[in-house]
Amino acid sequence: MSGIASSISAAAAGARPINGVALAVVIIIFVLVAVLGFLAVRWRITPEERGLQSLDQWGLGGRGFGSWITWFLLGGDLYTAYTFIAVPAAMYSTGAVSGFFAVPYTVVLYPIVFLLMARLWSVSHRHGFVTPADFVGGRYGSKSLSTAVAVTGIVATMPYIALQLVGIKSVLTVLGLGSGANAFMQDLPLIIAFVVLAAYTYTAGLRAPAAIAIVKDLLIYVAIIAAIIWLPSQFGGWSSIFAAAQTKMAATNPATGLPVGSVIPGAASFNAYWTLALGSAMALFMYPHSITGVLSTKSRNTIRRNAVVLPIYSLMLGFLALLGYVAIKAGTQPIGPDGKVNPQLVIPQLFLDHFPSWFAGVALAAIAVGALVPAAIMSIAASNLFTRNIYRDLFRPNATPQQEAKMSKLVSLLVKLGALLFVITMDQAAAINLQLLGGVWILQTFPAIVAGLYTRWFHRWALLLGWAVGIIYGTVAAYGVVNPVTHAHFGGSIAPIPFTNISIYIAVTAFVMNAIVSVVFTLIFRALKIRDGRDTTTVSDYGADELDPKVRVIEKTAEPTQAGPARPRG
Amino acid sequence: MSTSDIPTRGPARPGPYILSGILIAIGIVMPLVVPIYARQMPTLFGMPFFYWYQMLWVLIDSFLLWICYRVITREDRRRRDAVRNTTAPSGDDEPEPRS
Repeated sequence: MSGIASSISAAAAGARPINGVALAVVIIIFVLVAVLGFLAVRWRITPEERGLQSLDQWGLGGRGFGSWITWFLLGGDLYTAYTFIAVPAAMYSTGAVSGFFAVPYTVVLYPIVFLLMARLWSVSHRHGFVTPADFVGGRYGSKSLSTAVAVTGIVATMPYIALQLVGIKSVLTVLGLGSGANAFMQDLPLIIAFVVLAAYTYTAGLRAPAAIAIVKDLLIYVAIIAAIIWLPSQFGGWSSIFAAAQTKMAATNPATGLPVGSVIPGAASFNAYWTLALGSAMALFMYPHSITGVLSTKSRNTIRRNAVVLPIYSLMLGFLALLGYVAIKAGTQPIGPDGKVNPQLVIPQLFLDHFPSWFAGVALAAIAVGALVPAAIMSIAASNLFTRNIYRDLFRPNATPQQEAKMSKLVSLLVKLGALLFVITMDQAAAINLQLLGGVWILQTFPAIVAGLYTRWFHRWALLLGWAVGIIYGTVAAYGVVNPVTHAHFGGSIAPIPFTNISIYIAVTAFVMNAIVSVVFTLIFRALKIRDGRDTTTVSDYGADELDPKVRVIEKTAEPTQAGPARPRG
Repeated sequence: MSTSDIPTRGPARPGPYILSGILIAIGIVMPLVVPIYARQMPTLFGMPFFYWYQMLWVLIDSFLLWICYRVITREDRRRRDAVRNTTAPSGDDEPEPRS
């Protein structure tokens, strides 16, 4: 095909030709999406709520999304552009263990969501919680613990936003942009995309990504369904595609002397495979952007209904992962502007090589817009955490809802600027390493949040201690993983359990240590009668639905002269 | 905050929760037992068992959770009706604070 020939010759020259038609389609879709983002400020809102004067409005879209919008919003939020780029890239490079675990991960995710998130919704509805750290603070009465949860959330989210930029960048590279003469011109398209994103997120809050997610998800479904139906038939069907993958994976990697990868994992990597899937599934809904999606729904059961229908995205992700093998068979050349192989270009390149330019443009736009949706939600979630749990809890306890919204809007700009600078000035590998660490860190908030949904047995200081142990062990262990080829640290997320030779996902080891420390020290602190924090929630809060009154309302009705004792504004 | 102690739901019957618990446990454990599916045969449309088994569980989990949803929401509604004003049918009563 001429596409392959031209991309090979372009790679040889160190620069790519610009694909005019595909680029035009991408630009048109991007402009449409931006317009939609700004218009979203008027979406599903009453005239008196205009201006988004509170975090409930700006940061949670008015807490009124129904099942359909939530399906699109969470689909766009959880299945990020980076996933679309990185999972097939991993399949293309080393096969099943580092790539296809994403499928069991996003399967076991939903029973966990079904179990936990309705309770979190209920207690947050009753108390007006906006962030996971709000809940931890209300449940355990501990500012140290809620700050720890908030800081972990912010720090884990930042590199995740940066990786969305990496996703956009790979699309732009394949389109022929980003190989300009100087560094500024090279990054200019990325900067423009992000400035526009920042502007409509600032204006419309969570409503912007919610509206855009609908467009993006429809585009991505069209692109992937077309690819699944069309591409395998072009390359002799699945059996010959898997045979090509098998041949590549069985070859010996000259740098390590081991096989390149595996199509079907061997017994030695079974534990790595399932712990990666389970650990990632447990971690995903501890990320602030996932919880933002949950709390923006209008009823207790919306998230449960979505746990039934969201797995359709996982099926799509599975097929997308297999496109990594299709690219092996197709002989796709993912070569960056620097002339080196960059597996992250494999999916955009595959679409560009084997589809008409206009359709490749649609697919590439879907991936690029797919980066904007989670980037917007993540920046909103991180700013909500900063505003509620650092600015308000630690510095301005009497901040009004208007002040909170204003603060959060400003911080969302800073968060995006930070991510942009990160990607432009630093090596991509740094963002990937930090994202890997972020997954390990965020799982350490699981005991505090999840145990808190069911029991108040744990002592606040024990949970804080467990969190610290998990974070320290996870960071040290991840640092200790050395890439066999480059000898760089943070070479992966798999390490042996201490004193054994069983290799599993580091986050899971750290989580188990965290949980053990939390249990043991709760017993010790109880025995020593160390004072525990005050719980402002009650048993009935965890089963409340949308018709049950908020605690603020109850207090106003019952004791009109007396403000709530712990949190004056609920 | 004693006024928020008013129960939002009546007492639970264990049946629906036990059933859902079992289905959820199956939905979490079965896709994670790698030794049962890390194999080539039988293939489906040329796809090794390893791949189509895991993708099949996307659909199975979805189905299991649909059953859980039906069972749990029914029990949930019953528990709510038990504590809410019996003169107003559940679902269309206004969110008015009870005192």
